[in-house]
Amino acid sequence: MAARVAACTACHGVQGRAGADGYYPRLAGKPQEYLYHQLLNFRDDRRQYRPMTHLLTGLPDDYLREMAAYFSDQQVPYPPPTRAEVSAATLQAGRKLALDGDAARGLPACAACHGAALGGVLPAIPGLLGLPRDYIGSQIGSWKNGLRRAAEPDCMADISNKLTPEDIGALAAWLSSQPVVEPYAPQAADSIRLPVQCGSQAQR
Amino acid sequence: MSLMKKVLSVLLLLVVAAIGGLYWLGTRDDASTGPAAAAADAATLVERGRYLALAGNCMACHTSRGGKTLAGGTPIPTPFGTVYGPNITPDEKTGIGAWTADDFWQALHNGKSRDGTLLYPAFPYTEYTRVTRADSDALYAYLRTVAPVSQPNRPPELEFPYDQRALLAAWRALYFKPGVQEADAGKSVQWNRGRYLVEGLGHCAACHTPRNSLGALRSADTLAGGVIPVLDWYAPPLTNDVETGMGRWSAEDIAALLKTGISKHSSVSGPMAEVVLGSTQHLTDADALAIGVYIKSLPATAASTERSRAAVAPAAMELGGKIYRQQCVQCHQPAGEGSGTAWPALAGNPTVTAPSPVNAIRMVLDGGYAPATAANPRPHGMPPFGQLLNDSDISMLVTYIRNSWGNEAGGVTALEVKRARAASTLN
Repeated sequence: MAARVAACTACHGVQGRAGADGYYPRLAGKPQEYLYHQLLNFRDDRRQYRPMTHLLTGLPDDYLREMAAYFSDQQVPYPPPTRAEVSAATLQAGRKLALDGDAARGLPACAACHGAALGGVLPAIPGLLGLPRDYIGSQIGSWKNGLRRAAEPDCMADISNKLTPEDIGALAAWLSSQPVVEPYAPQAADSIRLPVQCGSQAQR
Repeated sequence: MSLMKKVLSVLLLLVVAAIGGLYWLGTRDDASTGPAAAAADAATLVERGRYLALAGNCMACHTSRGGKTLAGGTPIPTPFGTVYGPNITPDEKTGIGAWTADDFWQALHNGKSRDGTLLYPAFPYTEYTRVTRADSDALYAYLRTVAPVSQPNRPPELEFPYDQRALLAAWRALYFKPGVQEADAGKSVQWNRGRYLVEGLGHCAACHTPRNSLGALRSADTLAGGVIPVLDWYAPPLTNDVETGMGRWSAEDIAALLKTGISKHSSVSGPMAEVVLGSTQHLTDADALAIGVYIKSLPATAASTERSRAAVAPAAMELGGKIYRQQCVQCHQPAGEGSGTAWPALAGNPTVTAPSPVNAIRMVLDGGYAPATAANPRPHGMPPFGQLLNDSDISMLVTYIRNSWGNEAGGVTALEVKRARAASTLN
């Protein structure tokens, strides 16, 4: 299978351990259904990144599921987190949004869906640690301006629309600077009750 | 009346007559229908129509990426602007639900909409006109069974003067000759079937025949290959030229490529990968072979595209070879011999040695998977290198593979890579 996904690892690194330049995200160990949904989203125009769409155009669902399983199964140690050059107040704001949310603005905590350890929840909610700051920022931004979409109801689009650019910067800074404590893996599917409706968690 | 006035009157009359003649030529309807089909029950007719829709690759333009089947919306880029494939589901208001079989025939055969509006030839009625009335009726029967989708058509975004539909009459007078394909009694049934598919529903010429400045196919170079405008991929000649065309291929090789996307000569990439994916892999073995047989009967017309004239600089060969040994050799092997169909040989590969280097450049820039087909459901993919190598590196690398191991295809410049990179970010 490694040979069949050579086109993926050219950017995402061997075993999907993440690209060298801080943009191509890690694939290794993410929930299989999450990875599978992203492959479908790129292929079917719900996520906009031409190089991904180009590669996936001719590939059927079964094969994409197999690719997702391959990367989901890869066990690769996490590198130490990068230090975000932002103020302590910004980091604190990011931490608060991630762990507590902001009830006054109808914002659930990241941890409410992505798990208390932010390691993700099976079958399709990804972990949020071990990702580059630029990547996190640009993904939330893409949701906000409609370039990234997920199955309806698209809970991340709703949440992203309520986030200000300052919120997004703070979240990206705090999340990307947290160490990953091993073993870092998604929680069981029935271990959490989602505070919002998310189509991707039910999508098959 | 003075002589001058007489001359002017005659000239004016001639101009009016010429315009009238052009208008008549460009809007006339053709009465040929081809042989009738044997009577069939409704289910058989629909099934035949479904198959013909695949053979004609209707979905390529009428089903958008991730969109509802045949509900339209696909952008079709042309040098004159962008047109959008219309909704051809049986929705009454936004689709063709109100159309009769006669209306559908009028579009397919005469290139006119239900109300008589002249259609833009991005809809390849210049080829579809060769389709028989019986096949048109089968297609119509199938389209009636598709789920109706309410999705309004997006109007074309064409530059002036191409947005003036009335001018299409003149274009059609010059370049459109309606008429069903007549069988050549001197040739086999198989050959005639192949020609019918290639020149009709298959509309192979839409990409494999070069176009003139008005977007019309250059009939003198029929199927002699060319760079597809805007998409900027090279559609190779389907003629029997040994160097650039199908001269070394057998009819069976051609059928295998259409059905599986791979062959011992090369595998498909770019727009042809999408054609195999959406259309030709679904052909019956008999139809795929008939196409191969017809293509093998074409003359050995040389490629219409001039070979790259850039010199092969020794320094480019040396540095290109170095990059090859770092990035490519693991799969494509030291002598460019490749390994099975997963890692195609580069030595003697027609994609590599084509007159135009754009396809080889695009493969290095963007990579790409062979299309998944029943015979090759888990294809291998070429990794992209555009994010790793700059234009100069890629020009030297492609120069190296085009001129090593017996290949002698000419040099490639960094400017050519730059242009391909610009095209690749658009489509």
